[in-house]
Order: sequence, then structure tokens, then C-alpha cells
Amino acid sequence: MTVQPEALKSSGQNSKMRSKKVDSPWRSAFRRLLKNKFAITAFIVLIFMFLFSFVGPYFSPYKDAKISVRDQYKPPSAEHWLGTDQLGRDVVLRLMEAGQISLLVGLAATGIIVLIGVTVGLLAGFYGGWIDTILMRFADIMYAIPTLPLLITFGAILSDLKFPPDQRIYLIMFVIGVISWMGLSRLVRSQILSLKEQEFMLATEALGLSDRRKIFSHLLPNVVPIIIVSGTLGVAGAILLESSLSFLGLGVIPPTPSWGQMLSSANNMIDFAKRPWLWIPPGVAILITVVSINVIGDGLRDALDPKMKR
Amino acid sequence: MTQYIIRRLIESIPTIIGASIIIFLVFTMAPGDFISAQFGMDSKMTQEKKEELRELYGLNKPLPERYAIWMGEIVKGNFGESYLYKKPVTDVINTFVWNSFILSATVLVLQWMAAALVGIVAAIKQYTLYDQLVTLFVFLAMSLPSFFLGLLLLKLFAVDYRIFPLGGMSSTGIPHEGWAYIKDVMWHMALPVITLTMLSIGGLTRYFRTSMLEVIRQDYVRTAYAKGLKDHVVIFKHALRNALLPLITLFALELPGLFSGAIITERIFNWPGIGKVTLDAIFQRDYPLVMGFTLFISVLTILGNILADVLYGVADPRVRHR
Repeated sequence: MTVQPEALKSSGQNSKMRSKKVDSPWRSAFRRLLKNKFAITAFIVLIFMFLFSFVGPYFSPYKDAKISVRDQYKPPSAEHWLGTDQLGRDVVLRLMEAGQISLLVGLAATGIIVLIGVTVGLLAGFYGGWIDTILMRFADIMYAIPTLPLLITFGAILSDLKFPPDQRIYLIMFVIGVISWMGLSRLVRSQILSLKEQEFMLATEALGLSDRRKIFSHLLPNVVPIIIVSGTLGVAGAILLESSLSFLGLGVIPPTPSWGQMLSSANNMIDFAKRPWLWIPPGVAILITVVSINVIGDGLRDALDPKMKR
Repeated sequence: MTQYIIRRLIESIPTIIGASIIIFLVFTMAPGDFISAQFGMDSKMTQEKKEELRELYGLNKPLPERYAIWMGEIVKGNFGESYLYKKPVTDVINTFVWNSFILSATVLVLQWMAAALVGIVAAIKQYTLYDQLVTLFVFLAMSLPSFFLGLLLLKLFAVDYRIFPLGGMSSTGIPHEGWAYIKDVMWHMALPVITLTMLSIGGLTRYFRTSMLEVIRQDYVRTAYAKGLKDHVVIFKHALRNALLPLITLFALELPGLFSGAIITERIFNWPGIGKVTLDAIFQRDYPLVMGFTLFISVLTILGNILADVLYGVADPRVRHR
């Protein structure tokens, strides 16, 4: 399939290199990624955010169920590093639990984006003709409709349907996925169109392979780098969308916490002006997570695209 | 060229119709309607009375009929009547969209000037500390949630230091005319403008940098240096002109944004723009207003796309439209 330029160069220049095992494209991409200090740092930070959210609660001396009005609105102290909220809950613990939801929503929504985007892009690019016309016209239509009003309206609809908060997060994931797949489908389609012109696809034709094998064994592996990069950046986008929606009170709703939902306490003028420990920490958590995901995505793009090599 | 534009416009009609159908379906299938949002808590409203009101607003007809009526009126330029403002939707949009326009036009100018400057310098000084700092800043700006940045600025500059007002577009008790008024509006604009500029500048800086880097490496730029031209002549007269080509598309795509309002930022700074009005309309289930506005932005986005392609063809003679 695609020939690694690096492999070509080394085998041509130096005969000694030939005995050495030639790096697979994935291996050399991984090597390039390791050289990117920005991306590695971001990766470590992201792992920390995951550990903080999922493992952190086990180390917290507080229990979520513990509600005590006596401890209401305590400012940060040695006991409660980031203070307590209106129900006397420890903000650090709350931040961890909210992180679980925010990260899960981001990942799951991206799963849906990838599923729809790749399917649409593959089908449109591979079959062409009227399938392409219909699918891409549909993508154009979805692209033209502004995201935020649509998303907020969906949130309002969910509120009208009175879904219980714990089920609601699944719908939020689904809705974010359904309105954000268009960019990826366009990328995949254009990549498929150029792959179709290459010789290895002519070979699959000559071998009489079925459409299914052509798509899954020969085209799909070649678009995986695009999917990885877009998918990574998609997680960042999904986390931001979820937090905006929850900030407006239309995404994740209490008692289920998410970083955006915690930030919605800033809608209350007193909390906003006098109790910054309630809304600044979740904002910083979103910022750190999204920055590291974006840096990783960018690093992956550089690593997976040999043409961009420095 | 004219032929190309006409063809693109005709081709966009099915897209616009498709968008209108989706918008219509989303808002009419929504369970809550204006009647229940307004009178749901009101025990004096009987079921019959509510049905009567629904009949009055035409909320009980079958879907295709309602779509046909809605679309038929829109073609005539009537987007329906906003329940909340008791005025035609077009009037409401026309009243508030200009408040958003002032904001976004200022942001557009600042954003392009700053991004051009920072991006070009970063490209010239590739791999230096400056370039790396710019890259870091770009990632930060791209990753900030709009509401968090807005809230931080508000807390710092309006609550703690009281340099800027807490929100709104003008102070009460000040005459709505003359220099004093303009200065007052500008004072109110500062924080939302800073927020929106910071949010949008990141991506654009990156585009400027990448585009400039591609051009700088080309032979004709080296030739220009080799024949002894001054650096700034090479950069601005030879390189920048070509680096701007792909950015024209980006600029055209940003034009619809001038009218779309910034929902979250306007809400935080209580700016009476179309974004805040749309948000209130969604909360109050004033769906004719939201539908009309969403369709308006969809059409603008589609036109922006066509404009982007056309402008690119005009600016770059290598691109031929058939």
C-alpha cells in the first residue's frame, strides 16, 4: 500500500540498513510522536486528568452522599482545598466526579461522530453517483444549520421531556455526535476519492475483490490516520460543547455533575462575585483537558502525516 | 463567471429547502410549545382555553400543512410573528441583529489585524522562542470555553476592579445620542470584544502562519531576497500577497458570523444582541423567532460558501470556474 518514504531512503542509501528490520508506518509515526515534547507533556497531563477523575475519588476523605448544611459554602482551607458548595460537598471531590462525566461524554460523543462521519464518507466516496450526491447534500444541509441554536433547542426539548438526569447524559452524547459529524465525513470522502485513483485499488479491481473487502481491508486502513487525528480533536470539541450546554442548564443537570454544570453556579450573582472557588476550578479543569487534547491531536497530525515531516 | 454564480445559486436551492425542512421538523416535533411554556404553571388556564389558543396560533394543524404555510409565507418575506415580542420575526431580527453586528464587526477587524501580525512574525521566525510562545498561546485560545473566559474577565475587570461595566450596552440615565453615547457603548463593548477576539484569534493566527510558511519557502521569494530587496518589501509585497489567497476563503466563510450573534458571550455580558434574544426565545419556547433566525443564518452560511468559492476564483487566476 503506501510506501514509507523513510524506508525507501534508508534501503536505497545504505545496504547495511537492509538487514535491519524496516519500521512499519505506525512504528515510525510513533517515533516521530515521541520526539514531540509538546505532545508528550500534553499526554502526561491528560493521563493525570483521567487518573484525577476516575481514581482520585478513592483517595478523597469525603463521601459524595454526605450533605451537611453546616459545611455550606466554606472557602478553601486545609480541610477542603477548594472549599465546599451549597450542599456542603467538597469541591475537589465534586470536580473529580464531574470529570468522569465530562470525559465520558466527550469520548462517547466522539465515538458517534466517528461512526457516522466515517460511514457517510466511505459510502459517498466509494460508491459516488447518486449515493454521493444524497449523502453529501445532507452533510451540506447539516453544515449550514448553526450548531449552537440547534444544540440548545435539543437541550430544551430534553428538559421538556423530563428525562432523569442519569439517562440524560446518554442523550447529550448522542445529540452532540449527531450534529458534529459533517467535517469528518468530508475529510474521509475526499481521501477515499484520491485513494480510488491509486494503483493498489486497480489491483483490487483486477483481483475481483468484493466491495466489502475493498472497503474494509484496503480503503479503511488508509483513512485511519485521519480518523485518529480528527477523533482526537473531536473529543476536545465535544467536551467544549457539553460544557457550554451544561453551563446554560440544558446539558447535564444536577444531581449529575459535569464541569460545565459546576460552572453554571456562576449564573448566580453572589456565587459568581463572592465564591469563585465554585466556578473557577471546573473552568481550569476544562481548559487543561481541552488544551492537552488539542496539542496531542496536533502532534498526532504531524506524526501520522509523513509529508509534514520537519 | 456570472454563469458560475447563477449555477451555484440554483444548486443551493435544494440545500436551503433541506435545511428548512430539518429546522421545521426539529421545532415542531419539540414537545413543549409556547402555550405550555407561558401558561403551564397557570392554574386559571383550562385545557379548553389552551386548545383555543393553539388553534389561534395554528399549532394543531397536520405537519405538512404547517410546513407549507410556514415556507409559503417565508418566500413572501414573512417569517411569522414572535410570540414573545408580539412583532413580526423579521422586525425582531432587524432590531437586535445590528447590536450583534457592531460587536462582531469590531471583533472581525481586530482579529484579522492581530492574527496577521502575530502569524506573519511567527512564520518568519519559525522555531524561535517567539514562535513557540505563539503556538502555545494559539492552543490556549483555541481551548478556552467562551463562557469561562467571559466570566473570568467579568470577575476581574467588572467585579474586582470595576474598570468596565457589569453588562448591557449602555448606562441608564445617559442621553442616547452624541459622543457621550458612543463612548458609553464602546465602554460597554470592551469586555465582550476582548472575549470574542481572544477566542477567535487562535485559529486564524495558525492559518496565517502556515500559509506564510508555505509561501516563504518558494523559489520566487528566494529570488526576491537574492536580488537584494529589503526584507519588508519581500515579506509584504511578494510573500504576503500570495499567502493571503487561501485566507480569502476563510474571510468569506466568516461573513455570516457577523449576523449570527454570539449566544453565550452576549448572555454573559447581557449584550442585547440577536444571540441573547435567540437564547431567551428558546427558553421561552418562542419557536417562530428561533426558526426564522436559524433559517436566516443557514441561508447566510450557504451564501457565504458560494462567495468564498467565487472570491477565490477572482483572486487566483489559476482557479477556473466552469
